[in-house]
Amino acid sequence: MITKRIIPCLDVKNGRVVKGVNFEGLQDVSSPVSLAKYYSENGADELVFYDITASSDGRKLFTDILCETARSVFIPLTVGGGINTVEDFDRVLKCGADKVSVNSGAIRNPDLVYQAAKLYGDQCVVLSADIKRVDGVYRVFAKGGRENTGMEAISWIRRCVDNGAGEVVVNSIDTDGVKQGFDIEMLEAVCNAVSVPVIASGGAGKIQDFITLFQRLPKVDAGLAASIFHFGEVAISDLKAQMAKANIPTRL
Amino acid sequence: MIAIVDYGVGNLFSLRSSLAAIGADVTVTSDKHILEQADQILLPGVGAFGDAAQKLRSTGLDAVLKEQAALGKPLLGICLGMQLLFEKSYEYGEHYGLGLIPGAVRPIADVIPGDYKIPHIGWNALKIQQESPLLSHIQQGDHVYFVHSYYAADCDDAVIATAEYGSDLTAAVAYKNVYGCQFHPEKSGTVGLNILKAFAEMKEGAPW
Repeated sequence: MITKRIIPCLDVKNGRVVKGVNFEGLQDVSSPVSLAKYYSENGADELVFYDITASSDGRKLFTDILCETARSVFIPLTVGGGINTVEDFDRVLKCGADKVSVNSGAIRNPDLVYQAAKLYGDQCVVLSADIKRVDGVYRVFAKGGRENTGMEAISWIRRCVDNGAGEVVVNSIDTDGVKQGFDIEMLEAVCNAVSVPVIASGGAGKIQDFITLFQRLPKVDAGLAASIFHFGEVAISDLKAQMAKANIPTRL
Repeated sequence: MIAIVDYGVGNLFSLRSSLAAIGADVTVTSDKHILEQADQILLPGVGAFGDAAQKLRSTGLDAVLKEQAALGKPLLGICLGMQLLFEKSYEYGEHYGLGLIPGAVRPIADVIPGDYKIPHIGWNALKIQQESPLLSHIQQGDHVYFVHSYYAADCDDAVIATAEYGSDLTAAVAYKNVYGCQFHPEKSGTVGLNILKAFAEMKEGAPW
């Protein structure tokens, strides 16, 4: 039986892991390579490296760190941040990434998903969407959640999946950083709209939040979080033991 | 020395890194002579069957692989590389593979319930069906990482492990000295490294 995946996300800036609360107030956490190794040895099913660097120097540093990680960590690696062209796909895939997640890049150029899927396969293209309720409607936000694109989120996601996105990361801006649990309502709306794997992001604060997610929404494939793992509030091994106890399919 | 066949399909960074991590002497090559000298040959692959099979034929590597397999050299295909070991595939039409293992590659949609997602992606438990040197360092129920929409069919005798996804899908095969993994050992953590290690330890078998 396929297991529910637990995915720590490492936001990397200038070669270090950072994580913001509601995307603001970044705090330095740790070295990406050592953190990645630690997670891989302690039960993480996959890792997301998110490049939040703006400068080209920072980008070079990021790909160096990615290569170094892929040399010693043998679980799937997804890379996001600053992916605007198929050349960006090429750049990170050559460094050992297995999947590439697109967010603002796909909003600016909706053809990007199609082009990349054609070149590297659907399984390689992950759509990441930052979604927030505005007057009761799910809207897609760009630029790290700062800018309302005005696009309705479910139709946007469906369109990207039709164009070849093989997985969708749903990041609820409404629950992100609040630590009161995942946005089940939003996730359910996405799960009902697409047939590709859906990864829940935003809102996990404790082990029970993951259990609730997978029990209330068995269609969700994975749960993603950052700071609660980085700060040791939730140990992945404990989380997975609890998931197994709750009869949620888990890789122990 | 393990030779990874480079025929322009997929990214070999992780595979090379994982073999280096288990201390194997590894070369990425499309050179016939290096493949002849190798102790084991690894055939990777990501993408569409038809394109990949065409690339093996146009480079002449198909003949080299068949010749080396028939000499008894251990050969391991991974993911699409495993599928290419079979006689044919029904991915977007009908395409001929290397024909080293009797059987055909078919869509998993043919055998799984309609509400299962395709591709089969994620970590799934191995159900070991037959003892095999390839699985000598792993255990029943160990998890490995899959990403695929097609599976090896009509090859019951060669199936050494399956994974349950609404149906028992072929996960690993063995036929004489030819082996295949549908999953990605290079992305399957310690379990995957142990499978690669078992392959790296294999010695030449009897010629066909």
